[in-house]
Amino acid sequence: MVDLWHVTFEVFRQKDNQKSHFNFFELDINPDEYVLDGIERIWAFTDRTLVFSHACHHSTCGACGMLVNGVEKLTCITSIRDVTRDGGKIRIEPLRNFPIISDLSVDMSSLYSRMEAVGHQPILPIQEEDSKGKVKSEGDLLRLADCIECGLCISACPIALTTSNYIGPAVLAGAQQHGELTPCILELVNSENGAWRCHSAYECTEVCPSNVDPAWRIMELRRKIIANRFSSFFTRK
Amino acid sequence: MSEYPQQPGKLIKWFDPRHRSLGSWAFILNRVTGLGLTLYLFLHLIMLGQLAKGPDAYDGFIALVKNPVFLVGELLVIAAALIHGLNGIRVGLTSFGIGNSKQKQLFIILMSLAAVAIIYFAFRMFAH
Repeated sequence: MVDLWHVTFEVFRQKDNQKSHFNFFELDINPDEYVLDGIERIWAFTDRTLVFSHACHHSTCGACGMLVNGVEKLTCITSIRDVTRDGGKIRIEPLRNFPIISDLSVDMSSLYSRMEAVGHQPILPIQEEDSKGKVKSEGDLLRLADCIECGLCISACPIALTTSNYIGPAVLAGAQQHGELTPCILELVNSENGAWRCHSAYECTEVCPSNVDPAWRIMELRRKIIANRFSSFFTRK
Repeated sequence: MSEYPQQPGKLIKWFDPRHRSLGSWAFILNRVTGLGLTLYLFLHLIMLGQLAKGPDAYDGFIALVKNPVFLVGELLVIAAALIHGLNGIRVGLTSFGIGNSKQKQLFIILMSLAAVAIIYFAFRMFAH
């Protein structure tokens, strides 16, 4: 028999452009369940008007990113035990730096369109090594890209907090992963609101649930941009 | 681009370090000290403007800024310059791929250096 914990969920609520507030929900819950399980239970048994985004429940879709006690988390893999105690509270808020659609659900269309603009591929071919260590890229084997476009990095980024024009860590990391800096991508990332806007706070890497390490990729992207500009300066006709 | 841009936060949230990691402290310190140093630049130019009003006006102004309140202000300027400059070295190094994986340790070491230097300058300024 599992001992249940008594936990108070403090849930952010906002409909349309009304004033935001918090609702409190008391749950007796298994501490090894996940925060998303608690939110779903609130929706299922207490308040059907609660709006939140979720899909896969195994950290692949990136839909259930929220602030859990002030920190960006994928709620489907954040266990109750890791964020509170028996008799404790869990504060749930929507991601920062995105427009709120309703309650805990935010509009991430700006992220998706920017990811598309830098040529981020959500599915990549798996490169196979044969017995002699030669890399083969033929075949039908595919894998999901590391970045699941959850938006946690943009929510945590203090620069994204200061301006909506900053294209954000996920997009810059996507540009770095894309490899080739085409003129279109270069124009986007080598700009005031691109790679040079980052102030090295490293919050993106702190919260990334998928080990993309966006901060490192932004620095690497800067190196690539400089190399690109340097070589184009000498090859200019 | 999307017609629904990301939503920037309120100004006060720029300086809220709750639930954030060390990197946000570095960002907030850099921003606060940067704003402070910019403000000081204007005050400095106003002070230099006193030169145009003749030696008596300038001497009077210098006598005013020797009181302890202004000395504390000067110490704040030194502290801001040290914190901003040393953190700037961290930002510069990591921007070129140096010490990315050790940026937290780099921040702690450089801010410890700043603290030692601030204490040294405070001692020198207030010991007389």
